[in-house]
Amino acid sequence: MKLNTLTLTQAIEKLKKKEFSLSELYSDIQLAIEKQNKELNIYLKVDEDAVKKAHKKENEMLAGVPIAVKDNFLTVGLPTTAASKVLEGFMPPYESTVTKKLQDAGGVVIGKTNMDAWAHGSSTETSDFGPTKNPRNTEYLPGGSSGGSAAAVAADMCIAAIGSETAGSIRQPVAWCGVVGLKPTYGRVSRAGVVAMGSSLDCPGPIGKTVEDCAMLLNVIAGKDPYDATTLPQPILDFTKNFKKGVKGMRVGMCYIDHPQLVGTPVDHAVKEAGNVFERLGASVELVKLSDQIKLNTILTPDYAISLYTIVQRAEVSSNLARYDGIRYGNDRSNFGEEAKRRVMLGTFALSKGYANKYYLRAQQVRSLYIQNFKQLFERYDLLISSPSPGYALPLGASTNDPMFGELQDFLVEPSSLAGLPGISVPCFRDPSTNLYLGLNIMANYWQEEKMLAAAYAFEQSTQWNSWIKK
Amino acid sequence: MNTYEPIIGLEIHVELATVSKMFCGCKNDPFFASHPNIYTCPVCLGMPGGLPVPNKKAVEWTILLGHALGCKISPESKFDRKNYFYPDLPKGYQITQYDQPLAIDGKLGNIQIRRVHLEEDTGKLIHATVEGKRVSLVDFNRSGVPLVEIVTEPDFRTVEEVDQFLKKLQQIIRYLGISNADLEKGSMRLEPSISVRLSESTKLPEYRVEIKNINSFKFVKEAIEAESMRQMHDPKERYQATRRYDEKTRTTVLMRAKEEAQDYRYFPEPDIPPMRFEKTYIEELRDRLPELPDAKYARFMKMYSLGDQDSGLLTETRKLADYFEECIKITKKIGLVDKISVKRIANWLINKRPDMETVLPAKFIEEIRNVVTVVELPSEEITGAIAIVLETKKQAVEDYKNGKEQALMFLLGQVIKKLKGKGDKQIIAEKLKEKIASYGR
Repeated sequence: MKLNTLTLTQAIEKLKKKEFSLSELYSDIQLAIEKQNKELNIYLKVDEDAVKKAHKKENEMLAGVPIAVKDNFLTVGLPTTAASKVLEGFMPPYESTVTKKLQDAGGVVIGKTNMDAWAHGSSTETSDFGPTKNPRNTEYLPGGSSGGSAAAVAADMCIAAIGSETAGSIRQPVAWCGVVGLKPTYGRVSRAGVVAMGSSLDCPGPIGKTVEDCAMLLNVIAGKDPYDATTLPQPILDFTKNFKKGVKGMRVGMCYIDHPQLVGTPVDHAVKEAGNVFERLGASVELVKLSDQIKLNTILTPDYAISLYTIVQRAEVSSNLARYDGIRYGNDRSNFGEEAKRRVMLGTFALSKGYANKYYLRAQQVRSLYIQNFKQLFERYDLLISSPSPGYALPLGASTNDPMFGELQDFLVEPSSLAGLPGISVPCFRDPSTNLYLGLNIMANYWQEEKMLAAAYAFEQSTQWNSWIKK
Repeated sequence: MNTYEPIIGLEIHVELATVSKMFCGCKNDPFFASHPNIYTCPVCLGMPGGLPVPNKKAVEWTILLGHALGCKISPESKFDRKNYFYPDLPKGYQITQYDQPLAIDGKLGNIQIRRVHLEEDTGKLIHATVEGKRVSLVDFNRSGVPLVEIVTEPDFRTVEEVDQFLKKLQQIIRYLGISNADLEKGSMRLEPSISVRLSESTKLPEYRVEIKNINSFKFVKEAIEAESMRQMHDPKERYQATRRYDEKTRTTVLMRAKEEAQDYRYFPEPDIPPMRFEKTYIEELRDRLPELPDAKYARFMKMYSLGDQDSGLLTETRKLADYFEECIKITKKIGLVDKISVKRIANWLINKRPDMETVLPAKFIEEIRNVVTVVELPSEEITGAIAIVLETKKQAVEDYKNGKEQALMFLLGQVIKKLKGKGDKQIIAEKLKEKIASYGR
């Protein structure tokens, strides 16, 4: 067995039992990278010293296992570019909180993964350093913006990975790559040292081969950070403790599958199938009808979220990218790609005098309506399930010439992301003809990641879709 | 002929003297930094991924100032981003407060305070020649220093009112101990805005000219005078603009007119959650207010029966006022109230201005006590000694009467010798002069 195909939990356990050495593990990982990276373009940078660093961490919790990290996390000693030429060659002077926690717990950053430049996109095609290909089928996109991290896990080029999500940037690529990824509650994981995109939305999160792996990584990276005022001192739960509890008695609402865009699609089918699984496992499942919600004068429909999300996110982007003026570090502004320029222009417009009320403030008002809507929904349901994406991975090139590609791809997760809610995506179907996957997005109320993990684990264990779990 | 009057408003920036900066842990000491860019970090340098974490003390101090200026403290407040490009602003935006300032609607004297809000200072640009090349350098030691902005209504009509207001404001800020409000060091910066209108008009003009960053009370007066004269003389100059004051030419110079006004694209700072203050918390802060200059002044007049001038002088700084009251306390403690009156302590403090750092109140009282003891030599003893000296040193008396000043010093020396060094030199000298004047009549 190739050691790079081990899950995080397995790798740690076997390392601790000394079934093999770190050198053996790293050599298999290295081999996988050498064999595939040229074709897949997953790593922008691999740390040649990773194995040396790993040996010093043998006795720690994560036992020195190699973790892939999205290139928007600042890492001392490894260039950090957010896949933009503006930051090409930038060596961070400090470490992001997430990667620091990861390393403190005994993890090693094996390399920095490709992404849409500045995380602006849902394809990893807008990277200034070339697109990443989907390891499940190289004619297809891996999704994005954490496409590199999701693909690194899918291709066994790491043991687990870290990504970040603004709306869909973890859950959509993990769905397309057939892996597991978790977007925590906004404020659960620190954004300090992460190249900012949409500051009121950005959430770092784990990407792994299994639900358990994600729970373990979330344990490591979660918690209040003195360097991020938006993190909250929620009780630090041990996410690895209760994830086997099951879903018995849980109330599950199925969302969005009655949306005209989804009716009759593979996603519609897969979500309903997942509903059946949960019912068999002892949960009560029902469809949250869009039409009912409209009658209740709430706005479950994700349609408004596209424009709302676009305005809020572009506005924040236009401000967040202002620091990249090339004066103190990085390269000058002529290095910005088309997508970044478009976003800066749109965001600047949305905030400008005479328009801010019409666009930005209006968007924030609608945002609070979504928050209200979810509040009501979570009075009735423990979990909401849906799909992180309207369909399977799209072929390479699909995002080109479509400036709204990401927003349309992510419209099913935008409402909950705007509300700051957590979600986890687990594989819920595989099309044998293409080897492409669909994901199931399981959402819970604020700070209820534990519930979400329990459902995801139960689902994973009772279905055949996770390629690392041998039935 | 039409007569015009100036309409003046003020914006005042004050750097708070917190230990650390507004949004990071860097040392807040830009003026005394030994080198440029030593008090910096990823946050105040605008590095990727740096996030602002607000300084609680700075927020409290701003609320405290709001209380001192009689403002309403907003139960809900937040920070906003003000977006603009300038090389001294590393993030490309300044974190400030736009539509929910910490304090609003206050009053100082007859002047309405519109708002008091908290923001961050920028870095500092230095234009220099290095190795024969003209370059612009940036020092970020000041970047992210907490800055309070106080905005008044356009209630001033004369420069005297402005001057009085600013001095009072500076005094209050120093009383609160939240800043040294030092204009020379740049920790207090002034921006008057001026327009003119016909004296009989009651409507506010529809334009105003803002004069940027003035660093002395004197220049603010000069600038307002120069600018109001300019506007009065030429109706074409009455339009919205930003100008600066040139101290050398004593004129204001146009920086930008309205049509070039920037759109700052304000929006709520997403990196800092909005602030909510409990009523009890706001009240607790109000209770922390020290006695302010005006109250102290009135109390000193009443409690110590001091005159207007003495009270004013003694309450000039909180330190001097506290020192004065400490002196009184010590006098009581050691039972010298009969011998050393409050008035005497006041006079000694005002005239001698002891170095309050090194001479502690107890020591100072000791000094007064020594002199008072000698002064209380029976005055006959002094007059007796003077009489003897005048009789025996007649030539010196003549010399002094003929205008030889040093003769008086000689005579004084003789008297002191006779008194064996006891007694207050000044008092003896006065008595001596008195005697000489009446001598031989």
